[in-house]
Amino acid sequence: MISLIVYGIIVGCIIALGAIGLTMVYKIVGIANFAHGDFMTLGAYIALVMVSIVLPWVGIPDTRFGPLSFGWRMVIAFPVSMLFVAFIAIFFDKLLYKKLRKKKSNAVILAMSSLGVAFIIRMLILIIWGSDYVFYRPGLLRPALFLPLGIRIRPDEIFIVCTAIFLVVLLHLFLNRTKMGKAMRATSDNPDLALVTGIDTERIISWTWAIGGALTAAGGILYGIDVQLHPGMGWNFLIPIFAATILGSIGNIYGALIGGFVIGIAQEVSTAFLEPTYKLPVAFMIMIIILLVRPEGIFGKE
Amino acid sequence: MSILKVDNVTAGYTPESSILHGLTLELNEGEIVSIIGPNGAGKSTLLKAIFGLLKPTEGQILLRGENIAGMPPFKIAKKGLSYVPQVDNIFPSLTIQENLEMGAFIRDDDYSGTMEGVFSLFPVLKERRNTRAGTLSGGQRQMVAMGRALMLNPSILLLDEPSAGLAPIFVSSIFEKIKEINATGVSILIVEQNAKEALKMSHRGYVLAMGRNVMDDDSDALLNNEDVGKLYLGG
Ligand SMILES: Nc1ncnc2c1ncn2[C@@H]1O[C@H](COP(=O)(O)OP(=O)(O)OP(=O)(O)O)[C@@H](O)[C@H]1O
Ligand SMILES: [Mg+2]
Repeated sequence: MISLIVYGIIVGCIIALGAIGLTMVYKIVGIANFAHGDFMTLGAYIALVMVSIVLPWVGIPDTRFGPLSFGWRMVIAFPVSMLFVAFIAIFFDKLLYKKLRKKKSNAVILAMSSLGVAFIIRMLILIIWGSDYVFYRPGLLRPALFLPLGIRIRPDEIFIVCTAIFLVVLLHLFLNRTKMGKAMRATSDNPDLALVTGIDTERIISWTWAIGGALTAAGGILYGIDVQLHPGMGWNFLIPIFAATILGSIGNIYGALIGGFVIGIAQEVSTAFLEPTYKLPVAFMIMIIILLVRPEGIFGKE
Repeated sequence: MSILKVDNVTAGYTPESSILHGLTLELNEGEIVSIIGPNGAGKSTLLKAIFGLLKPTEGQILLRGENIAGMPPFKIAKKGLSYVPQVDNIFPSLTIQENLEMGAFIRDDDYSGTMEGVFSLFPVLKERRNTRAGTLSGGQRQMVAMGRALMLNPSILLLDEPSAGLAPIFVSSIFEKIKEINATGVSILIVEQNAKEALKMSHRGYVLAMGRNVMDDDSDALLNNEDVGKLYLGG
């Protein structure tokens, strides 16, 4: 049971990285972004291209850090991939959503467009990489560490938790200490007043996409490190991510973080009683129950 | 010459239905000008149109001779105009200090002096600078909203019902502050429900009804006008 909770926390980190971006995009841009999961997949695959093609070609050695399954190549690939997905997210905003915003399109049209973006990204990934499961480093044995209380955890998984915490702290500092971060919070509070104050809200929207895209890309890479890569991986995360976002009250970053952990743990713990294939229905059930009982989420105002 | 001139402006929330119908109004350098009129007359709509939140379908809005009609609000802010909306005029989840910092968003220079100025105008804000603005009382919110607008060092300030919802003692103190701000050289266009008080402190006034300018004159003349008194000043 404790092992399941621990693994739930690890999965929760990945869900939370997705949910934080989703919640920010929803609050500031006003889009329920169904492509968020596929941004996650894209991040994982861009990192794959980096570690398996680009960085070997540049001559970065194939090192490994102690007990971890990766080395310098991944350390470089990680931020590059985050940046790449950030720009892709901005690209789709300029190409598509900006025009729809200008026309004052409603929420359903925006959500459907993002569904279109989701399919485009996933199909491109399928065409380029095929539908097989792939690993960042195939054929590597990755033994778990045995901790007290019968907890088994792989060194990679400790890295996953640390990276997620690091990114969340970084985001927190950005939002509370920098001018752009404060302007982002201001825009999320009151977009009209932000405009009147002299804040170019289109710029804030670009920043929001960038942060949302980068965080979810990080989630995808971390999942890839922990498990494997697959073109449908991000899509499968979409329901848990939405559930975490709604649970934590839409628009609330810290709520999304907590929501991510709750959903992650709930999904894993459910495998003690149910088939593992019921993980997604479990997340879906939680989402439905919240929507019925407390649609404003646990951190929402009445 | 007028520093701000609304010239024959027609505007509304949808292209089909206009709220303002060919409205003309002027603000001269150093003046306080009041806009009074019944609920729904279009007073707030007028300020929104001046600040680029609505695009006029006809007419011009001239800022020192330059037409700013339909320019995005963030660009208008860069031209030295500040605006305190009637509702939702603070960033509730930001602290008082952060609200003021946002007011100075487009300034690249050191604005600590301006912030001290705002704090000396509203000393409560300094005491509670790290409080979230959303938790403040109505009067204090209004101070945050005005403080935020002043952080730009504006040459023109648009105020939409700064005394709305305030207890009577706060009303007179907010009007005192407005006079103080005006004395530092800021031209002020103010929309007010407390029409009598507003006219008393302003140089001139406009009476708006149904999106039209039905009367404009010196404040004293409006205060002494029988029709205005009966219809808009509560007898
Ligand atoms: N966001 C909006 N969308 C559509 N119509 C609006 C909107 N805001 C106001 N109106 C309409 O525009 C007209 C003028 O409203 P406005 O807010 O300008 O009046 P006002 O003179 O400021 O009134 P008050 O004294 O109540 O503040 C009203 O008929 C109102 O219903
Ligand atoms: Mg009004």
